[in-house]
Amino acid sequence: MLASRADPAVLGAVLARPRTLELLLVTVALAAVVTAACLVVGVGTAWLLERTDLRGRRAWAVLAVLPLAVPSYVMAYTWVSALPGTAGFGGAALVLTLSCSPYVVLPVAASLRGLDPAPEEAARSLGLGPGAVALRVVLPQVRPAAASGGLLVAVYVLSDFGAVAIMRQETLTRSIATGLGSSFDRTPAVVLSLLLVALTVLVVTGESRSRAGTRYARLGPGSARTARPARLGRAGAPAAAALGLVAAAGLGLPLASIVGWLVVGRSGGLDGERLLAALGGSVGLAVGGAVLTTLAALPVGVLLARRGGRLARLLEAAVFTGHGVPSVVVALSLVFLTVRYLPAVYLTAPVVVVAYAVLFLPMAVGAVRASVAQSAPVLEDVARSLGRRPEQVLREVTVPLAAPGVAAGAALVLLSGMKELTATLMLHPTGTTTLALALWDETATRSYAAAAPYAAAVVLVSALPALLLGQHGRRRAGPPAGTAPGPSGGAA
Amino acid sequence: MTWRRTAAAVVAGTTTALALVACGEEGAGVDGAAEPGATTATACTAGEPTYGETDEEVAAQEVDDEALVVYSGRNEDLVGPALEQFTASTGIEVSVRYGGTPGITAQLLEEGDASPADVVITQDAGAFGALHQAGCLAPLPAATTERVAEEFRADGGDWAPLTGRARVVSYNTDLVTPDEVPTTLEELVDPAVASRLGVAPTNASFLAFVTAVRVLEGDEAAEDLLTGLAEGGAQTFEGNGDLVEAVADGRVDMGLLNHYYLYELQAERGADQVPVVNAYAEDGGPLSLVNVSGAAVHTSTDRADDALALVDHLLSDEAQAYFAQETNEYPMVDGAPEPADAPQLADVRAPALDLDDLASLRETQALVDASGLS
Repeated sequence: MLASRADPAVLGAVLARPRTLELLLVTVALAAVVTAACLVVGVGTAWLLERTDLRGRRAWAVLAVLPLAVPSYVMAYTWVSALPGTAGFGGAALVLTLSCSPYVVLPVAASLRGLDPAPEEAARSLGLGPGAVALRVVLPQVRPAAASGGLLVAVYVLSDFGAVAIMRQETLTRSIATGLGSSFDRTPAVVLSLLLVALTVLVVTGESRSRAGTRYARLGPGSARTARPARLGRAGAPAAAALGLVAAAGLGLPLASIVGWLVVGRSGGLDGERLLAALGGSVGLAVGGAVLTTLAALPVGVLLARRGGRLARLLEAAVFTGHGVPSVVVALSLVFLTVRYLPAVYLTAPVVVVAYAVLFLPMAVGAVRASVAQSAPVLEDVARSLGRRPEQVLREVTVPLAAPGVAAGAALVLLSGMKELTATLMLHPTGTTTLALALWDETATRSYAAAAPYAAAVVLVSALPALLLGQHGRRRAGPPAGTAPGPSGGAA
Repeated sequence: MTWRRTAAAVVAGTTTALALVACGEEGAGVDGAAEPGATTATACTAGEPTYGETDEEVAAQEVDDEALVVYSGRNEDLVGPALEQFTASTGIEVSVRYGGTPGITAQLLEEGDASPADVVITQDAGAFGALHQAGCLAPLPAATTERVAEEFRADGGDWAPLTGRARVVSYNTDLVTPDEVPTTLEELVDPAVASRLGVAPTNASFLAFVTAVRVLEGDEAAEDLLTGLAEGGAQTFEGNGDLVEAVADGRVDMGLLNHYYLYELQAERGADQVPVVNAYAEDGGPLSLVNVSGAAVHTSTDRADDALALVDHLLSDEAQAYFAQETNEYPMVDGAPEPADAPQLADVRAPALDLDDLASLRETQALVDASGLS
């Protein structure tokens, strides 16, 4: 489609530029480094939170997820202001790792909660220490969750603009956004976007290949108990220190900066009415986005978990494409579509909600897929054999079993919608404002004291879903997903 | 299970279609690419609005039903009060979409004729150049354009400059003595200076400055400037605001900026907390560039009279005085009071330059990309 409209010479010229290859290599390297770092930090954190006797795990669980509530451009800005030397590849990698490690923590923690502890107990009874059990028994079982989190991280890095821009690290996405913005020239943007899409498809395909042929659900009879936590003993203090360091870097510094803005700035004078309006706008759009995205993610995630093959891979690549493309490109294409074909809804809230769904669908899909993969397909077969229709099986067996994962996905989308700026800026109904928009507006004119309440509100409001998520996981006292009979699977 | 597959196929199809539309539509700009200097394909159907001939019945109905739609590439802090003045004095309600100039411009180019915008405000002559080439700006009557001082008028006559923004070197007075401040392009790229200098190379104002160098002194001079800055070790920043803060905090000694960023920071921190001074080249060369913000009427407007009234209001003494006092930018109308702390506009000696020429940003962007400055 593009090839028919684009001048092949221009296409070739942009692709052949040495700079394009340079951008490609740097982008791939950044995605690889951040993904690896997030996997280490995220899996380690999730294990400490779910499977050890670490003190204050509830508090740590909240702290581990809260960096998601800090917009990546705020985090990058506070880092580069405090430590100008961090600008560049290292700083971009650092900030993106801090922002993105919750993408791994959440699904892995949910997966650990749903894990049958029997193999661990067997391993321990055979004399393995807690560390060895974690590495050799637990880790392989949480691989789908870790992989889906890592995939999200990789794709997030590919499409991130805010953090790399402030860290002065040129990537494909930054080049697309600055190229569109500075010269209003869409040719290089088209070519680079295609490159980014290709890269995203490669990453998604690679990840799904790595999962092929493995089975993660408990199939045999019997029922599982809640896992017995590993004793950290003397390792408790360093473990807490490591979590504390991550929390201080990803949460402490940005929050301290926000407070600092209030102290130093003179643009204060809080407009309570505007704050409330922005709060309402943020919550409304983000909740709408979370509902639509979760509804759309359910069938897709179930299909991906239960059916392999080309259709599933194609579908997965298509879903992730929306996340891998810079949000400015997604927003512009929605402008294009609605202005021409649905002018009545142009610049209305539903279009913003659709944009969120396109951008954040992979988060929800990844979460649904990982948790469905952990529940035994035989339970669904049993339900079907008992005469349940497919949609009943989904509603009564599959979804209840996957509930923690689905909730994690919805919370992720909610958090992401709360801080989304680029697409909201372009598509929001005229006159509606959100916390992120107000924050952007005030910081653009250096009015940091005036911006501080909005920044604080974004973090506080986003903390709520994170908190509920942590509680939700812990209140589930029954047998973990994977062996628990669904409401209609009583005959199992 | 077929319903699942169907639902999945629908989702896959929609997402893929959306991605393809994004690509295909982005590709629309490619058609104009073969033509040197073209920044975009035509997005709007150019046409002349009929000022003063609107059907009264229609006009009355529209005024009652909806507000005049303004797309503003300038912040609410900067233009909001001027728009409130307009509503207070005319009774015409205004509905404003705020955004960055690049985003707003891209959105307008995407919307084309279907744009709800009646009036467009941006802070970059280059953005108007792109919208002009796309045919999205309606010609303004001479009575409006002639209010603007002659040297700043747009040759195409379809947008009106509102305020002037002077290029300066802002320097930290604790770290730099006045005689160390560069006043020519040669001095800027002197490694002893460049290594102490901060720039915001992806920012529209920096690109406009480099474009001015190209227009006034040739592409080679621009190339020399950019490679000189890159090789001399100039520090780069994402935005002008970040840069002026870095200068004030002593993280970089001086910065290539627009004059009013200093005043914004002073307003936030207090003047005594900002040890920074602006140095003006005042030589009529590219370092004395005065870029402009401006306003225009969109070709798709159905309320040409009200739109024109708003542009005229922004050029009124009241609004021009507001811009000079509150945003510290230079008024564009002869005789309006100038900002108190800055040198007079006449003393800045802006180069003789057709501001529409600043739209040739593609070539500038290519030079910046090639220089490795990012």
